[in-house]
Amino acid sequence: MSDNADALLKVDGLTRRFGGLVAVGSVSLDLRVGEVHAVIGTNGAGKSTLINMLSGEIAASEGRIALERSDITALAQPRRALAGVGRSYQRNTIFAEFTVLENCRLAAQAATPRPWAFWESAARCAASNQAAHEAMEAAGLTAEAQRIAGTMSHGAKRQLEVAMCLATRPRVLLLDEPLAGMGAEETERMLALLSRLKASHAILLVEHDMDAVFRIADRITVMVNGTVIATGAPESIRTNPEVRTAYLGDEVPA
Amino acid sequence: MSAAAPMTSPVLPSLPADRLTRGLLVPAAAVAVLAVAAPFLGGYASDLVVKVMILAIFALSLELLVGMTGLVSLGHAAFYGIGAYVTVLASGDEGGNLLVLLVASMGLAALYALVVGALSLRTKGVYFIMVTLAFAQMAFFVFHDTPVGGGSDGIYLYVRPAIGPIDLENRLTLFYVVLAALAGTYGLLALIRRSRFGAALAGIRVSEQRMRAVGFPTYFYKLAAFVIAGALAGLAGCLVAARDGVVNPELLAWHNSGEVLLMIILGGLGHLRGAVLGAVAFTLLKELLSTHALVGPLADHWQLSLGLVIIAFVAWLPRGLIGLVQRISPEGSR
Amino acid sequence: MDFVSFLIQLLNALQYGLLLFLVASGLTLVFGIMGIINLAHGSFYMIGAYMAFSLSPLFGDSFLLMLLAGVALAAVLGYLLEWAFFSYLYQRDHLQQVLMTYGLILVFEELRSILVGNDVHGVPVPAWLDGSFALGGVMSYPWYRLFASAACIVLAIAMYAVVNRTRLGMMIRAGASNRDMVRGLGIDIRRLYRIVFAGGVALAALAGMISAPMSSVYPNMGASVLIICFVVVVIGGIGSITGALVASLLVGFVDTFGKVFFSEISGIGIYLLMAAVLIWRPEGLMGRKT
Repeated sequence: MSDNADALLKVDGLTRRFGGLVAVGSVSLDLRVGEVHAVIGTNGAGKSTLINMLSGEIAASEGRIALERSDITALAQPRRALAGVGRSYQRNTIFAEFTVLENCRLAAQAATPRPWAFWESAARCAASNQAAHEAMEAAGLTAEAQRIAGTMSHGAKRQLEVAMCLATRPRVLLLDEPLAGMGAEETERMLALLSRLKASHAILLVEHDMDAVFRIADRITVMVNGTVIATGAPESIRTNPEVRTAYLGDEVPA
Repeated sequence: MSAAAPMTSPVLPSLPADRLTRGLLVPAAAVAVLAVAAPFLGGYASDLVVKVMILAIFALSLELLVGMTGLVSLGHAAFYGIGAYVTVLASGDEGGNLLVLLVASMGLAALYALVVGALSLRTKGVYFIMVTLAFAQMAFFVFHDTPVGGGSDGIYLYVRPAIGPIDLENRLTLFYVVLAALAGTYGLLALIRRSRFGAALAGIRVSEQRMRAVGFPTYFYKLAAFVIAGALAGLAGCLVAARDGVVNPELLAWHNSGEVLLMIILGGLGHLRGAVLGAVAFTLLKELLSTHALVGPLADHWQLSLGLVIIAFVAWLPRGLIGLVQRISPEGSR
Repeated sequence: MDFVSFLIQLLNALQYGLLLFLVASGLTLVFGIMGIINLAHGSFYMIGAYMAFSLSPLFGDSFLLMLLAGVALAAVLGYLLEWAFFSYLYQRDHLQQVLMTYGLILVFEELRSILVGNDVHGVPVPAWLDGSFALGGVMSYPWYRLFASAACIVLAIAMYAVVNRTRLGMMIRAGASNRDMVRGLGIDIRRLYRIVFAGGVALAALAGMISAPMSSVYPNMGASVLIICFVVVVIGGIGSITGALVASLLVGFVDTFGKVFFSEISGIGIYLLMAAVLIWRPEGLMGRKT
């Protein structure tokens, strides 16, 4: 594995305090293209706060986030997204009323917004349509393009949630529990999708499904009470005594 | 803050299919019919139609905010009233240039909308509703209590605006000008709706979180919609001042804000036709409820009937008249 | 401005703010716990005032008794209203709530017009509270206004006690932060809502009754109170009673002293205050950042 200089997203000493409470304490990690970096931890470990700080939805109290050497710490979410940081949510944020194509196209439109061109039709925007088709194909949803998003199965909706992140072609993907609420078959499909996406993206994965995490992750960071207690390859995490203690030895697969 | 029922509009044509011309056929026909009929309408009928057309512009301006963007404003009458007052105040004793007055009315209404919007959009949901109401009330006070407006009695417009051969003192000319304004407003909103800007507003309405996550600076989109809506309300205000020949602070009263909101629900939220239909239906409703011949002694207490009708309507027909039509003939509006 | 005049304005500001607090606390509670925006809340204030007008001849100088009767009536009204009308609003979106409660305002105003007419009425101050006491050498301050402030303070303390020291209060606080959890704990949420709503109506009506002798009774008096309450809730933060208290007092001061120093444009003072809060802390002074 190459050294830090190759990291696409570098997080340095990221901290967040709420009054007296330290929700996230000096977390450092990095995301590299070709890699799925999973962040695991018990409830209340600070994973949500961390991912919210990385996406730009919450400001950091301290610390620095750099995207390919550019400091993006001060950027709010929309600017950060356009800079190349995409995010999917634990609960679907898809546009249930629109078709899958319209979902992806609207997401893609963020890259070519042209808000003043009110005489031009959004549906005919070549760039947005192109990007939408690419995103749908990457997520395996091309067949469902004309389907109203809200009528799809839960698994398909979660796939769409991920697909919409891809529409503006970000290089970093922050995925918040993409497997939430999925059955075995749907999980397989999502994991296959993540494997495909891995090649050209730097992926941060927050997940509770330990089996899936250990299958797909190239590196794992473990958080407890807002701080990182271990980072490394799945094998080293699996055998790490502190991690085993934190999880009471139950969840970490043998 | 507890998670109250979220603002989900009734099912709409989501992102309208790109059939702009087909969607405009019926409205265009209506405009043609009105244009042809205009010279034959008697004084009373002509005034009534002009009144309804102006209300339709007012309602359309709010539809942009509520129906398309999902921003429930309870203070929209402020921009309407400002447009009206600016027209009268800037007319002076000789009457003003119509074009100049239009620009001034819409411009100042838009300016107030910019200030109010910039502040109000820092809030969401119920806060937003309350804040917009409060700012409208503030404007009401300025015209009601300060020497700017003529106090609670209002001010008279001595001479209606004109430009070249177009003189709004002529009833027929006023009719055509208002009709043109309505057609223009409708057309503009139809274009916006199918444009990228409109698609973004729809996305903000449905899932603002997702819009921000892909990179839309949603605050500015909402602010733009708020300002445009304010300007169009100002347009309606300018025209109502020209029609009535007088303005008073009641134009900015919160009852007015409530009524225009009612109009777009009555017609059907999420449809441009709904806003126009709602303006017509609401005006008719008020007329009917205060006509002795129809409701007898209840006519004197039409507010009671209106209140009950509103409650019943919102309770059982939340999708408005257009929703009713859709239920009967579900041709699908995609 | 000399000290005595200042003191008088201070007392006025306090009294106005405290009365506002009574009305606003009901509004913010109902929203914080049930998630309903109720435009008709001002109508309850109006109903209280008209009740004072109607009941005053019956009770004469037994003012406190009249207040008690009025509160009881208002609570019953609130209980019934919640059962018959407001309980259907919980599942609806804000827009529908706004419109349905707007319709309710129209109904209330017209009913008032039918039952009591459209005249402006005065309500007499009870004899034992009549008159003023001397302040400084030349000025005086009405006893009744002092009574009004005192009554509001007592109620505020009682509210604090109920919300923070009783089981009901605990359920209210729980309901404000997590409705589903409260339901899951088996607490009869419907009854809780009904009680809270009745309480809100009673508070607003009581405020109306107390202010009636001071500000007289007139059509549409509910509307102005409502909008000012909205300003209070925005400044204080939704769902926070302490926020409502702080904000009410702030509004009372800004409005009262605004009228003294800038009489002509004083009406807009509180809106400017609201604008300032929006710039600095849009979730309200004591509101929770969502």
